[in-house]
Amino acid sequence: MVARFFPKSIPRKFTALIALIFSLLSCHSSLAQESPYIVTYNHYLEEPGSLEVEYFSTFGTQRGGNDFHAFWAEFEYGATAWWTAEFYVDGQTTFHDSTIFTGYRLENRFRLLQREHLVNPVLYIEYEQISGADKILKEVEGHDVESDYADSNAVLRKEHDHELELKLLLSSTFKGWNVAVNPIATKNLSPSEPWEFAYAIGASRPLALKALPNRCNFCLENFIAGVEMYGGMGDTQSAGLHDTSHYLAPVVAWNLPSDWTVRLSSGFGLNDNSHRLLLRWGLSREFSGFGEIVGRLFGGRP
Amino acid sequence: MKACFALFRSAGRVGLATIGIVVFGISVLGIGRALAQKEDVGAHKNRKSTYAALAEAPRKARERKNPFEGTTQAVAAGGKLFEQHCADCHGRKAGGARKGPSLLREEVQQATPGTLFWILTNGVVRRGMPVWSKLPEQQRWQIVTFLQSLKLQSVNSRSENEKWGNPIP
Repeated sequence: MVARFFPKSIPRKFTALIALIFSLLSCHSSLAQESPYIVTYNHYLEEPGSLEVEYFSTFGTQRGGNDFHAFWAEFEYGATAWWTAEFYVDGQTTFHDSTIFTGYRLENRFRLLQREHLVNPVLYIEYEQISGADKILKEVEGHDVESDYADSNAVLRKEHDHELELKLLLSSTFKGWNVAVNPIATKNLSPSEPWEFAYAIGASRPLALKALPNRCNFCLENFIAGVEMYGGMGDTQSAGLHDTSHYLAPVVAWNLPSDWTVRLSSGFGLNDNSHRLLLRWGLSREFSGFGEIVGRLFGGRP
Repeated sequence: MKACFALFRSAGRVGLATIGIVVFGISVLGIGRALAQKEDVGAHKNRKSTYAALAEAPRKARERKNPFEGTTQAVAAGGKLFEQHCADCHGRKAGGARKGPSLLREEVQQATPGTLFWILTNGVVRRGMPVWSKLPEQQRWQIVTFLQSLKLQSVNSRSENEKWGNPIP
């Protein structure tokens, strides 16, 4: 169907790009109550058929090397009410060094129970193909420590990681509070590499539980504040907390009525192995009905 | 020459990654749509009403009282929340759309506030309605107040109802 709109002389890639932009423009945007967490996951999935486009940045201090600014874009699609798929593209700039693309990730989250319970489990499966220069620190695993990132990009990017990451997302919401606990296990797909373990925990609450009758940017109900903590827990060859890094990060999300969400987080290293500061911010927007429009564009059933 | 080879290799990697991503995207979209259609067909086959989920609410949940009942402010706030979170699927006037059934039907309008609150909290995941417990309890009650303020309307059309597995006798 797309081909009908464009002359044959226009390259297919360009046609596909135009089709994608057209799809996004045709979507309604919708306000989702986004959580403020940047590392931790709760059990809420993307609404079916919706696409959430997100951009995140992390500024990190580095002892024994140059500070860095790592960034990633996230495309999160609600395939069904119990399955969300995501695609990430990562990159980073190390100051006084270079800016590089560091890899991509494909992620799936599956809701395991149909209804709400005291604790709600979601299974998370991710495949990542990243280089050693990836510094987004979306999760801190095994014996990851600050000094691992001190080398120059030229050295770090020589290392290639193909990893499978599994998480059990346990989350509970009670009286406005959300508490989420994520045990993490990661396997580098090279046979000699051990399983690495990690954790992320978070708690958050909207600043107001009741909504005001009028649309407003600065109503307290639009803000969700919380705190998250994450770090490594060793690996199968050397389990335990020695030579691991840990962070504590206050987080806040601002869900604007104009359908944008802004997130801020300042993570503080809790031991000498950790970066002293990880300052993160993100911007996201949700487009509902994306799946339907793309399907229709490619000749699916209306 | 070496630089050219490196560039070619890196371009190859990017190409492979792009192919992988496109395949992943198409699979997700395709499987997601197929699953959604299967859920739809299943509902038709069994002639089990989408509204039947209302009857699944436990007694204790059904009997819960709406703390905002009759409050005009809660109706307005609920209307705002409905527009933000629900209108995409259920229509701006709650009359139903492609993705979600009408909320003006007798089944919904005559359900107890506790039942509606229970459905909002738990969703009907197998039929595509997500859980909404991410909204604080008060906001879910505000939405329930808004829904109950809507006037009971007659059934829109036979086809719309049959689509949701509710044949008109």
